[in-house]
Amino acid sequence: MARYEIFVTYKAGIFDPPGATAERALANLGYEGVEQVKIGKYVQLSGEVDLSAVTEMCEKLLANPVIEDFRIETVEE
Amino acid sequence: MRFGVVIFPGSNCEQDVIGACRYLGLDAEFVWHGDTDLSRFDAVVLPGGFSYGDYIRTGAVARFSPVMAEVVRFAEKGGPVLGICNGFQILAEAHLLPGALLRNRGLKFICKTVDLRVDGSCDWLDLPLGTVLQVPINHNEGNYTCDAETLARLNGSGQVVLRYCEPDGSAAENGSAPNGAFDDIAGVCNERGNVFGLMPHPERVVDPLGGGTDGQPFFTTVVQKLAEVAG
Repeated sequence: MARYEIFVTYKAGIFDPPGATAERALANLGYEGVEQVKIGKYVQLSGEVDLSAVTEMCEKLLANPVIEDFRIETVEE
Repeated sequence: MRFGVVIFPGSNCEQDVIGACRYLGLDAEFVWHGDTDLSRFDAVVLPGGFSYGDYIRTGAVARFSPVMAEVVRFAEKGGPVLGICNGFQILAEAHLLPGALLRNRGLKFICKTVDLRVDGSCDWLDLPLGTVLQVPINHNEGNYTCDAETLARLNGSGQVVLRYCEPDGSAAENGSAPNGAFDDIAGVCNERGNVFGLMPHPERVVDPLGGGTDGQPFFTTVVQKLAEVAG
């Protein structure tokens, strides 16, 4: 059985409201030097599926190519 | 002339749409998301709500409902399709409309009546440009976004039908969109003008009991257009 970890993040230039809010909140907590926070999604997926199928799943459902990029890490072949 | 109003698991504005149609004397009935036959309808409405709990992204799962393949075919044949709020999000996910809807800037669910300026026309709305309408919004993910190239294309072809504005129709210096929408965009149509999506809820201001009647043209325009075609 294969295991994958998938990271979905907004494309560069797409405003990330939760990330921007976290940035301000961290500044309010007194943390200096934080330049940017980007909040995305993390997906664990396992099964009898190969990387090309997982890529297709990301393109179709798990990410929206209009606004998001995704990165797939194969944890177990 | 019959409207089909699609119900997905989690839709919650379908009764409002049916009520608006019936108030205007228009024939409307529900379509279940598992149905695969839209042949008895002249126009299709995807109502607001929280289809599939908004899981993954708003509209992301509903887009793959059996009925959506038929909605795509219906739209490709030129059939008028209207997406309101969650319906707009579904149409964007289905790539029937350009762009995407992000979470509101400020992370707040916004529920209030807003001013909208008519900046374009489509099969669902054809009012003099600059007309200001008052229609309520009710959403958490209405922050419209698209890339600059798409925006230029939309502006060039008059596909931005509605923008958030000030009561006099002007744009505030820092934008008039309460949700942070790019270029104050509240509603866009496809190139052909038969598919239209908007975040505000025109169905709620059809019966004057709802606080206004500015939503009526959204339903009567398409009836006129279809009559002209059949004419």
